[in-house]
Amino acid sequence: MLNKKNIDKEAVQTSVSEETVFKVKRLKKVYEMGEVKVHALRGVDLELYSGEIIVLLGPSGSGKSTLLNILGGLDTATEGYVEYRGKDITKATEKELTDYRRYHVGFVFQFYNLIPSLTALENVSVVTEIAKNPMKPEDALSIVGLGERLGHFPSQLSGGEQQRIAIARAIAKNPEVLLCDEPTGALDSSTGIVVLEALERVNRELGTATIIITHNVDIAGMANRVIHLSNGLISEITKNPVRKPPRELHW
Amino acid sequence: MKALDHKLRRDLWKMKGQAFAIILVILSGVSTLVMFLSTMNSLTLTRDIFYRDYRFGDVFISLKRAPESIKHRISEIPGVDTVETRVVADVKLDIKGFPEPVTARLVSVPDDGKPLLNRPYIRKGRMVDPWKDDEVVVSEAFADAHRFSSGDSFTAIINGRFKKLVIVGTALSPEYVIQVRPGAISPDFKRYAILWMGRNAIGTAYDMKGAFNDLVLTLSPHANLNDILAKIDNILDEYGGLGSYGRKDQISNRFLSEEFRQLQRFAEIFPAIFIGVAAFLLNVVINRTVSTQREQIAALKAFGYSTLDIGIHYVKLIIMIVLIGLGGGIGVGIWFGKGLGEIYMEFYRFPYLIYDLRPSVVGIASLVTIGSALLGTVHSVWNAAKVPPAKAMWPEPPARFKETIVEKIGLGRFLSQPTRIILRNIERRPVKAFLSVLGIALACAIMMTSGFFKDAVDFMVDIQFRLSQKEDMSVTFTEPTSRKAVYELKGLRGVEHAEVFRSVPVRLKYGHRSYRTSINGIEQGNRLHFLLDMRLKPVAPPQSGIVLTDYLGTILGVKEGDMLTVEILEGSRPVRQVPVTGLIKQYIGLMGYMDINALNRLMREGNAVSGVYLIADSLYQREIYRKLVEMPRVAGTIVRKDEIRNFYETQAEALLFFTFVATVLTGIIAFGVVYNSARISLSERSRELASLRVLGYTRAEISYIFLGELGLLTLAAIPLGFIIGCGICRYIAIALTSDLFRVPVVLEPNTYSLAAAVVIVSASLSGLIVRHRLDHLDLVAVLKTKE
Repeated sequence: MLNKKNIDKEAVQTSVSEETVFKVKRLKKVYEMGEVKVHALRGVDLELYSGEIIVLLGPSGSGKSTLLNILGGLDTATEGYVEYRGKDITKATEKELTDYRRYHVGFVFQFYNLIPSLTALENVSVVTEIAKNPMKPEDALSIVGLGERLGHFPSQLSGGEQQRIAIARAIAKNPEVLLCDEPTGALDSSTGIVVLEALERVNRELGTATIIITHNVDIAGMANRVIHLSNGLISEITKNPVRKPPRELHW
Repeated sequence: MKALDHKLRRDLWKMKGQAFAIILVILSGVSTLVMFLSTMNSLTLTRDIFYRDYRFGDVFISLKRAPESIKHRISEIPGVDTVETRVVADVKLDIKGFPEPVTARLVSVPDDGKPLLNRPYIRKGRMVDPWKDDEVVVSEAFADAHRFSSGDSFTAIINGRFKKLVIVGTALSPEYVIQVRPGAISPDFKRYAILWMGRNAIGTAYDMKGAFNDLVLTLSPHANLNDILAKIDNILDEYGGLGSYGRKDQISNRFLSEEFRQLQRFAEIFPAIFIGVAAFLLNVVINRTVSTQREQIAALKAFGYSTLDIGIHYVKLIIMIVLIGLGGGIGVGIWFGKGLGEIYMEFYRFPYLIYDLRPSVVGIASLVTIGSALLGTVHSVWNAAKVPPAKAMWPEPPARFKETIVEKIGLGRFLSQPTRIILRNIERRPVKAFLSVLGIALACAIMMTSGFFKDAVDFMVDIQFRLSQKEDMSVTFTEPTSRKAVYELKGLRGVEHAEVFRSVPVRLKYGHRSYRTSINGIEQGNRLHFLLDMRLKPVAPPQSGIVLTDYLGTILGVKEGDMLTVEILEGSRPVRQVPVTGLIKQYIGLMGYMDINALNRLMREGNAVSGVYLIADSLYQREIYRKLVEMPRVAGTIVRKDEIRNFYETQAEALLFFTFVATVLTGIIAFGVVYNSARISLSERSRELASLRVLGYTRAEISYIFLGELGLLTLAAIPLGFIIGCGICRYIAIALTSDLFRVPVVLEPNTYSLAAAVVIVSASLSGLIVRHRLDHLDLVAVLKTKE
């Protein structure tokens, strides 16, 4: 569990610098499904700054996941470019993309995607072993409040616990950005809040820029900015003057 | 059920890679089974028809000389059907353009030109005119080897006289289906011939007018063979009878029976391995298929399909795969069987080969294959089919893992996470891992058996000719001769060393057991011909008593110190008691050895010798051969070098065929097992591997996790394969042991490395094919879905 003492009772105000992590310009993505062309992204422009939490909202098929996957180097763009810290990752080679994922990005998935044959600690080590400047796996796990269950295998843990290990695994490399695709999608609301608290704490303590995809509007409250996607385009960007602590979210 | 059948077809198509690998394994098993059994049946049928149509005898005996009137006494023995007397003689041939020594067996043709028994099948030309003394029919294999055709001629030295013979035809005989010179290890078509000639001409040459020295007869049904043999021996003993024997001891027939025994063993061993492996692979694949289709099964059951319907659906899938393999296997088996039959026809000269694919062979193949396939899969099919629909809707519980033994004993800290993943995966399903290892090990073992034959043959040749028989040539005399004859040979230009030997036909008896063979007498202080003890160390000939080859000791049930009864079958035919003073090792043939002087004392003869071992300068070889042909006393010459070369030449094609087949089959098993494990592992773990790729692992790194497990299993399989391979080779060696030859269990390092190499190469190939898929993992799709 998170150490309650460290969490402000008041609304959390974190420092968002003007340092740009991602610069996305006219980003388009077309999937060819047989004879049909699916325009997943139709020209997205976006900037993401260091230390901020962004929530990507939108209905199914609005292009949220496509955008996240392109940002994370899992998918390639059809048009436009994505700059990560001044480097265009749309032109990156396979090898460069692997390195990019290896050293700079942390992923959290809806279904955790833990390695079933590795314990909690080892699931984190699997990343720290290949990273450049990782934290100790135990530290990563205690940030998400799982310092005690290091030796457990995924099959011995609850969904919330598994997702927090996934978060620990994502942050253990000290990534610049944390990309979370429906991190609470498979969890009930109280477990979901615990997971969100972990994300929030990571952002606050480590300053990791975080993008959270959700179709759950209530989660938007914890973001600095909320980006609404629909039909492959950004329809609206709203700013929260004050971030709500996850504990105060309800759904 | 129509919709389900569509599903079946599409499922099969989806798993085509794996199904193909399994089909190949089944195909291999069925085709080897069909190949071995159909070849055996074909040869048996061909043999039986040939024996019947050309009236192969039931009883055979050679003797010194008996008047034709004795024939009646034999005919009168109850149970004897047809009796035919013959004159048979061994002669030397002198063939233009072929300087090496050639010997032949001359067989008489009765005066009417129509042998009653052991009738030759005239392939080309015609039968000899029995009243002409210069016409011969020659065995087809010999004619082919020398490219002789009707009208060609060569010279034979018949009882010391040079005689020009004209070939009027070529023939095959049930008596010489395999043409092996007595005492030789393989047929030698160039240096050994069978000749048929009019009885009158041979009789004149060998002073056999109105007499015979060979007898063949057939028995009426239900005749008692042993009684008749005893009665014949009783009558012919006083005419120098060498002991009668039945068909089963007739040399050509013996070789055939041994070959059938070998085919029968092979038909048991190899298909069993393949079909076992196929059953295992089917089990693994079907297991995986039903577990990925859990939700479909649940839905089907929810719609009202019964457990039995579901069960039948999967059984159909299995049967489809098996039937394709079975059909293909029968086809390929027929093709292989015909090929193997052709190879056998090189050794075993039948006039024709009747290919015989019995329905029972197809039946056995189908039954065994379908039976084992169902046996291997019925458990998982039933388990999947009987799960209640509500429960089946739930995803499968996540796999449980625990720390491995390696980690429990504290070695864990030396392991990286990927290595742990590999080890835990293996340990999580120990039975599956073990069966995979076993499957690959069996592939390795099959490959070893192909190397085993070459190694065993090399070893036998090496022992026989390098350690035991060091002479360049051995010369046999027409009859026991005085030692003085040796000086004549020693005087030949180029002969560097000569040692005499004596060979006496005997019947050895101990208790109620007896065995007909010969005793070889050799000189003390010999330098050319050695006896080898059980550890293959040369030992001197016994000062007194007799030593027996070890298997002969086993047959007679004697050990060192026992008193053996020796019935000598020549001269005055004395019967003597001789102590067994030891056993020696010899892989080919069975006989006894004595000191030559002791043997002559036993015979109450002076210094008689049967032949001479020679060392000769190769420069004078041709000249020596020429002189030996001309010497009337010399019955024949065997050149060691020729014998070895011929042995390899005759074996080469068969060995090559066998090695080729074994390599392909080994590759198929190793490929099938590794490919299937890899595909299943990929389907079970693509999510995990994709996750690792997303976390920044490179392709090479996830390939290590993925292929490392298979690599580890393959490496573990190789030593196990060596052990199983040795076991199978040992079994084959025991199964093939006979008094003709004993196969030593020898496996050279090359055989081990080749087996390991074939396994590693096929495993790597299948690994690479699957790795290709690994490189195209759809990272996004895999992460989106819950398994």
